[in-house]
Amino acid sequence: MAEKPDMHQALGETVGDIFVDNPKMSTRNTNVFYGEKQAIHNVSLDFGKNSVVALIGPSGCGKSTFLRCLNRMNDTIPICRVEGDLKLDDEDIYAKDMDPVLLRARVGMVFQKPNPFPKSIYDNVAYGARLHGLARTRAELDEIVVSSLQRAGLFEEVKDRLQSPGTGLSGGQQQRLCIARTIAVSPEVILMDEPASALDPIATAIIEELIDELRSKYTIAIVTHSMQQAARVSQRTAYFHMGRLVEVGETNQIFTNPQHELTENYITGRFG
Amino acid sequence: MTNTDRIKQSLAKRYKRERRFQWYGRAAVFAGFAFLVVLMLDIFTKAYPAFFIHYVKLDVAYTAEALDLEEGATEFDNANFRGATRDAIYALFPEVSKRKDKRDLAKLFSSEAEFQVRNRLLNNPSLFGSTTSVWVLLDDDVDSYLQSGSKTARLNETQLAHVQTLQDAGRIERRFNTVFFSTGDSREPEIAGVLGATMGSIFTVTVCLLVAFPIGVLAAVYLEEFAPQNRWVDLIEININNLAAVPSIVFGLLGLAVFINFFGMPRSAPVVGGLVLALMTLPTIIISSRSAIKAVPPSIREAALGVGASKMQTVFQHVVPLAMPGILTGTIIGMAQALGETAPLLMIGMVAFIVDIPQGFTDSATVLPIQIYLWADSPERTFVAKTSAAIVVLLAFLVCMNALAVFLRKKFEKNW
Ligand SMILES: Nc1ncnc2c1ncn2[C@@H]1O[C@H](COP(=O)(O)OP(=O)(O)O)[C@@H](O)[C@H]1O
Ligand SMILES: [Mg+2]
Repeated sequence: MAEKPDMHQALGETVGDIFVDNPKMSTRNTNVFYGEKQAIHNVSLDFGKNSVVALIGPSGCGKSTFLRCLNRMNDTIPICRVEGDLKLDDEDIYAKDMDPVLLRARVGMVFQKPNPFPKSIYDNVAYGARLHGLARTRAELDEIVVSSLQRAGLFEEVKDRLQSPGTGLSGGQQQRLCIARTIAVSPEVILMDEPASALDPIATAIIEELIDELRSKYTIAIVTHSMQQAARVSQRTAYFHMGRLVEVGETNQIFTNPQHELTENYITGRFG
Repeated sequence: MTNTDRIKQSLAKRYKRERRFQWYGRAAVFAGFAFLVVLMLDIFTKAYPAFFIHYVKLDVAYTAEALDLEEGATEFDNANFRGATRDAIYALFPEVSKRKDKRDLAKLFSSEAEFQVRNRLLNNPSLFGSTTSVWVLLDDDVDSYLQSGSKTARLNETQLAHVQTLQDAGRIERRFNTVFFSTGDSREPEIAGVLGATMGSIFTVTVCLLVAFPIGVLAAVYLEEFAPQNRWVDLIEININNLAAVPSIVFGLLGLAVFINFFGMPRSAPVVGGLVLALMTLPTIIISSRSAIKAVPPSIREAALGVGASKMQTVFQHVVPLAMPGILTGTIIGMAQALGETAPLLMIGMVAFIVDIPQGFTDSATVLPIQIYLWADSPERTFVAKTSAAIVVLLAFLVCMNALAVFLRKKFEKNW
């Protein structure tokens, strides 16, 4: 792992275009601290509508931390402090009058490890809708559950056993169940933190296909440690290094013609 | 010597060590089990006689004359049941005539006999005017003589001969001892029972559970999920852990000072006992609930928060139900402690001699372990068996509680 001495000096301004027209979410000068330790340095990045942004970088570089700022999941960590301008449709998501519960209904999240509730498949998907009172009748709720499972590409596999436990599904099915649970509350943005890292290649391929389909309705940010995955599912890619956003650009361009030396080293497999 | 040889050599040694360790383990398990068996055998063999009691058949004349009543009376308030009982006893042994001998004879019967004779008539007034056989209790000395067969200094030769006569006449019968399970304490060993103490224990543990469970669980939930991480919370945590190690009698002193002297609550009452025991079991419940809550995987919390559940909803819809088996385990351990506790209850007067069966939370009562302690202190031979029998009842109570806990845990446990 040969790092040139000037690399850390080169960590400063982000290379590439952080802006998009008419962004769904935007972040400006984001700094995140865990107690005294700064985990994110001055990151600015836009997320365009109906597109997938992949966040890549070596582990511990702050991808998850940054992603979790976008729906204020970091609020649950007492020592975590977020600074900067983070907006969803021009609304400041860290404003005093922004309710994190409402925010999380609008910005859903899928986690690295599939985490279905120890309840039935039906109740897993219906949970959010029930919570927010989205369905007035049982029929409406059924409709939400079925369409969410369909969009998550799971319905055909589980339609005969909606009342059996969600934790009894295979890993890939569980992750799609979690995606169905997320889209059942009709979020505007979906955040995914390494959603396929615990899955086998076939399940991964299914999830990737699904992400591509979901793009037509949602804005998606996905953290991944697999560059192939980033290349397959995303339109834009952001490369993080030691808490800084080093480079961002069209996915094609990042993988074929990276501008920053660090990015190039990473995608050519010289470290990471 | 090749590596393989070396490994082979050391392997033999390693296997030997493992086998030796397994034997130590088995020996330890066996020793523990043997102690348990010896203890149980001792208790059960001692308790066995207390589950049976001897009745004797008297032919009681329920006549106006025998009862010192007017001819054709319908009220039995003034009836002389004692006289009628005595008459029936003397009628069995017409040859006994001296006053002293008659007194010795009467001593063979329980002082409860006349009440049994009375109750028989009150329950069935149509018997008035007839002579009926009534099964009454024997005195405890006679009963334990019949149980064990060994003579005691408390019965003289004539009395023993009388007993033999009664037996030969088929007037003595050994029955399952229902009296033991349906009465409170008594100075008469043959009618002393555990029902009073059992009810006292039930009331006391109920109060304890109703107070300690909600408070303990809420405290644990708050400390684990909501409390800020600062020095105060650390201090509280240290104090809770210390409280779990405080000798239980101290809680009794506290109960005496606070509940009885300051709040003026009744002495010897299950409600006070329950409160004192609740104070004592709270730390146990809080500590075990906290570790159960801590053991709920954070991914479940994230899942709930991630779809927009509030903190409250996350905790009460997901975390607490998943922690419930662990919480219940802790609660049952706490309740079992409370059930067997004696010292703090001594301080608040639950050690009194109480004949009546408590009907509510404020009636004077005692509890099973204290009843055991009281009986163990009594000189009569019958109480030796009753002490062990009361221990059996206490153990049965515990087993029931544990069974309930296992059932509830199975219900809450989602093995999926
Ligand atoms: N809860 C936390 N408390 C303290 N430090 C944390 C916490 N979570 C993450 N960090 C630190 O923040 C940095 C970024 O972590 P993370 O965002 O998880 O990286 P990535 O997802 O890119 O692997 C790491 O140095 C990590 O040690
Ligand atoms: Mg991560």
